[in-house]
Amino acid sequence: MSAPDQWPLWEVFVRSKNGLSHKHSGSLHAPDAEMALKNARDVYTRRSEGTSIWVVLSSNIVASAPDAKEVLFAPSDDKVYRHPTFYEIPDEVGHM
Amino acid sequence: MAPTIDMEARFLDYVTAENKVEPKDWMPEGYRKTLVRQISQHAHSEIVGMLPEANWITRAPSLRSKLILLAKVQDEAGHGLYLYSAAETLGTSRDEMIADLHSGKAKYSSIFNYPTLSWADMGAIGWLVDGAAIQNQVMLCRASYGPYSRAMVRICKEESFHQRQGYEIMLHLAKGTQEQKDMAQDALNRWWWPSLMMFGPSDDNSPNSAQSMAWRIKRKSNDELRQEFVDKTVPQAKFLGLSIPDADLRWNEALGQHDFGSIDWNEFFAVVAGNGPCNSERIEARRKAHAEGAWVREAASAYAAKQAARRSSAAATKPQAA
Amino acid sequence: MKWDTCDPSEQYLLHLGDDALVLGHRLSEWCGHGPILEEDIALSNLALDLVGLARQYYQLAAKRIGGGTTEDRLAYWRGERDFKNHVLVEQPNGDFADTMARQFLFDAFHLLQLEAIEQSPDADLAAIARKALKETTYRAQHSSEWVVRMGDGTDESHSRINAALKRIWPFTDELFQPAEVDRIAAERGLGPDVRTLREPWLELIREVLAKAQLSLPDMPQKLLRGKSGVHSESLGFLLAEMQSLPRAYPDAQW
Repeated sequence: MSAPDQWPLWEVFVRSKNGLSHKHSGSLHAPDAEMALKNARDVYTRRSEGTSIWVVLSSNIVASAPDAKEVLFAPSDDKVYRHPTFYEIPDEVGHM
Repeated sequence: MAPTIDMEARFLDYVTAENKVEPKDWMPEGYRKTLVRQISQHAHSEIVGMLPEANWITRAPSLRSKLILLAKVQDEAGHGLYLYSAAETLGTSRDEMIADLHSGKAKYSSIFNYPTLSWADMGAIGWLVDGAAIQNQVMLCRASYGPYSRAMVRICKEESFHQRQGYEIMLHLAKGTQEQKDMAQDALNRWWWPSLMMFGPSDDNSPNSAQSMAWRIKRKSNDELRQEFVDKTVPQAKFLGLSIPDADLRWNEALGQHDFGSIDWNEFFAVVAGNGPCNSERIEARRKAHAEGAWVREAASAYAAKQAARRSSAAATKPQAA
Repeated sequence: MKWDTCDPSEQYLLHLGDDALVLGHRLSEWCGHGPILEEDIALSNLALDLVGLARQYYQLAAKRIGGGTTEDRLAYWRGERDFKNHVLVEQPNGDFADTMARQFLFDAFHLLQLEAIEQSPDADLAAIARKALKETTYRAQHSSEWVVRMGDGTDESHSRINAALKRIWPFTDELFQPAEVDRIAAERGLGPDVRTLREPWLELIREVLAKAQLSLPDMPQKLLRGKSGVHSESLGFLLAEMQSLPRAYPDAQW
């Protein structure tokens, strides 16, 4: 059986405490998911940074292309009415 | 060629305006190459840098200091890993980088080619070598390449204990018996000049520096960083009651900084060229670990492949869900 | 100070501490030389946990022995014959298979031992065991996973782990042969009667070896008396290295 010359790359996401979402911490190499979790614990939570870890093969991440930045994200720039500050509410009404 | 020039000019404007560059963004080839060289060199320094300190883990003189030193050297492995990962986002695999280290093509900080000869060297390395490294790394937290700056932020956060633990060792020695004081002074004598060399050649002799600064990878010149380090460290040595081995070191009132003696660049270039006291031992230790680990890495890969095959054949024979 | 005249309960603490320190020390020798960066970091974690555990046992022992004894006095100033660790844990690292075989066989024993100590009426000791159980569970998973990967990996890894298990196996009988220190600990309810751990231990080992496509080694056992202070030749070197600084500078504080 021919083994790949390098263990695949995994992306590591750590939830620092319950109530917060998992956040990207970095990446590492591991032969399989089980070892990736173990390694992630040793590499990215040495200072009690986490309560939960996700690992995902880097090659399984689907990313938007940087060239598509304008096409994907510019259209929302002019939808200012989606932001609360767009609306004027008289001070007398109080906090809303 | 015109469009490329236009892209490069736009890129320069973009980073000059303090915008960050992310892995898939367009970047000049020179920028990519410079980053791969610098980040991998930095990663190699962390990994090779484990060796001189690991040399004393088994001889740490108290259980507390054994744990601290082990945790510190382990952190360095972690930092090497963060940095290799940052470099990998630029399209160079860790295996390629490691092969370059082992072949001698890639460099690492030449300070790690000096031997650690006493326990006081653990103090001097933490205090001076990590101190010098932090000077550089704080600046790199603002580097224009996102993955690099993020790795540096994480590293700086973790490194803050490294310099303190080194200084604490020096403090214990400086307050200790005459033999301990001598040990501390001897370590300072040996590590002082190599630490100043860590910032690299002086500005007029450092061809890539200006470009790196324009690209917002670096933000301060080698000489500026070195001066800051000297100014910071001199009072710390004084507090320890140790003397810095430089007859020309004095406070310059007019400039508001220390004047210091000239660095022996012949020594620096000789060590970079491979002729330091421990160059061959360091690389040999890394090669050996990598070569002896090959069958372990292959075993885990083979097992993962078998498991994947077992899962897919189990899925194939499983009746279709209704 | 004559260490073997201290109270047997204190000697039991020293025995437990010595196992943790000596094994942790061995694992720390890997630092910087691991088969891959990720595993280098993992090995250091195992070492950190074990040396940390040794400190807890020694601190408790020092408090009880009194007379100004400290954890470092216990670690650095006892001679080879005063160390009461199992001969298994002092065995040199060898290759990664040897290290993991030693770890795997000890971890399974350690788990069972700590589960019993956790029930001890000695609250301080039980608290140490409770905390150590979590780390030990992790270590046992780690070493088991590697045994499985080596056993069911390549031909080379299979033969290496197989050879390593055969080399280490003869050191395991000592785990289950009660020495004086075990007998008194069991009498006082501090720790298990180690003879009762053999079967559950074998069960844990068999389960993993089956997954790893390996068979239980069938090697004759060695006659060992590490727990009575009679060690293999390698412990002397380990201690000479570990204790060199405090002994070279007896007046120094570090």
